[in-house]
Amino acid sequence: MSENVAVVGVGHSKFGTRKDVNMAELAWESIKPALETSGIEQKDIDFFVVGYAGLGGSEAAMPSVIAEYAELSPKGSMRVEAACATGNAAIRVGYTAIKAGIADLVLVVGIEKMQESPNPTVIELIGRFGSYFWEFENFGLTFPGYYALHGTAYMMKYGATEEDFARVAVKNHYYGAKNPYAQFQKEITIETVLKSPYIAWPFKLFDCSPITDGSAAVVLASEEKVKELGIDERIWILGQGTGTGTANLSKRESFTSLASARYAAEIAYKMAKIDMDDPTKYLDGANVHDCFTAPEIIAYEDLRFCKPGEGYKMIREEQTYIGGKIPVNVDGGLKAKGHPIGATGVSQAVEAYKQLLQKAEPGRQADIKKGRWLAHNIGGTGHFAYVTIYGLEKR
Amino acid sequence: MFEQLKKNLEEFGFPVLPDEKTGELQWIDVRELKIRYIISINNIKPFFDGLRNGKLITTKCKKCGELYFPPQKDCPKCKMSEMEWVEIKREGTLETLTVIFVRPPSFGVYDPYTVAIAKLDDGPRILAWLRGDPRQVRPGQRVRVEVSRRKEGYLMYELVPI
Ligand SMILES: [Zn+2]
Repeated sequence: MSENVAVVGVGHSKFGTRKDVNMAELAWESIKPALETSGIEQKDIDFFVVGYAGLGGSEAAMPSVIAEYAELSPKGSMRVEAACATGNAAIRVGYTAIKAGIADLVLVVGIEKMQESPNPTVIELIGRFGSYFWEFENFGLTFPGYYALHGTAYMMKYGATEEDFARVAVKNHYYGAKNPYAQFQKEITIETVLKSPYIAWPFKLFDCSPITDGSAAVVLASEEKVKELGIDERIWILGQGTGTGTANLSKRESFTSLASARYAAEIAYKMAKIDMDDPTKYLDGANVHDCFTAPEIIAYEDLRFCKPGEGYKMIREEQTYIGGKIPVNVDGGLKAKGHPIGATGVSQAVEAYKQLLQKAEPGRQADIKKGRWLAHNIGGTGHFAYVTIYGLEKR
Repeated sequence: MFEQLKKNLEEFGFPVLPDEKTGELQWIDVRELKIRYIISINNIKPFFDGLRNGKLITTKCKKCGELYFPPQKDCPKCKMSEMEWVEIKREGTLETLTVIFVRPPSFGVYDPYTVAIAKLDDGPRILAWLRGDPRQVRPGQRVRVEVSRRKEGYLMYELVPI
């Protein structure tokens, strides 16, 4: 049993259109640096977890493909799926295995190669992340549509505007431009967003995260292993909460908040001993699940960075830029960095490691004073919620 | 794309194409997959009988009185399966909506459509297409549930502003 679990190594592929590599090669791009930064070899790994939603990519038995290409066979493995929260769910499996004492070193790989399928096929498949019969089969709800229902409810209830949503995209592109691993490394303006075509009203093209190829990897280690190997460069998992929402949106009480995310956040804050009434006092920054612009604003509220109904003011006042109340998605977020479904949650852990150890690229390094970073990874529209808090000091 | 692919197959002997943007060589899969699911509705047959009569019929637990929509076979609260089929009042209030501009290919026969959620006066919420101009409605709008025939030929419910 290990009370504490650390992230001791990280790797990240370039996100984007990756027609230059196949799935095994793409996975290796993040596995190799994860092994190198942790200073361990494949033989040291007790178990590996692969976060892979299987959306668009050709391979089904991804752990075996990785075992073969990365020389991990015959070590045990598991493929994990929790829609767009797949990455953090994979971390959850590694974290619990080490906490339970059945593994000391776990490699977690998140991967998706969505562009192996034609764009219309991906749109078709990704719309099916709710209730298949009652939402998709009969009413053709798409993934942007799911969140657009929340965006509309939010605007109508609180008086936020499409321009407020656009500000989130502007911020995330601003930081994406400073991240060499991001799919879009180009700044945009509010006009870019407002003039782009509608995808699902009120969302336009530039309110949406893209369809992405990419992988990310982390090595998790028990407290004993960290000591034994003398690893200095590491961050600790201080708390983690998970939540699940109903399949049908019609079974939910509110469309301006995700109940599963609020629930996961409360568990994570309690575990990390963070005051739920004022969490930003404890955090240097956060990565939240901005698959679209409005959900980033809703995340501010679900994570209690502000009161319900005040999230849009945080972005209006630039409170989530570096230097503001709490920097959010300063790696570009899903919006500009890209959203290879299975890799996203692992990529957030890589970002927590880089930020807390002050290894982020110039122009996007947050001030690290409190030594804690939060990751909020949502699958579907709150169908799955994972909130993980990382820190420089053990619990 | 497929013309070039055919040509490459004949000339080089493989189904390969350079990527349009980068020139990186891609193998274009020759195995195409079509999926059509077969979903049991055996335990909610009365719901479809209801639609045929223009009604919204759903399940209510005989023991605790919980009203379920969509209808379901079992009551997880009581762990019982004694349900009665009841008609729900087909009026409610709109809570939110979106207009789907980029449609899945399987909805290609439709123009952009409006998906909305309403809270019915009897309690349950319902997600369905909203008939009419979405610009004329806002959350709070009173709506009625009506049954209409789809382009595919089957009956389904939709929301209509009152
Ligand atoms: Zn009951």
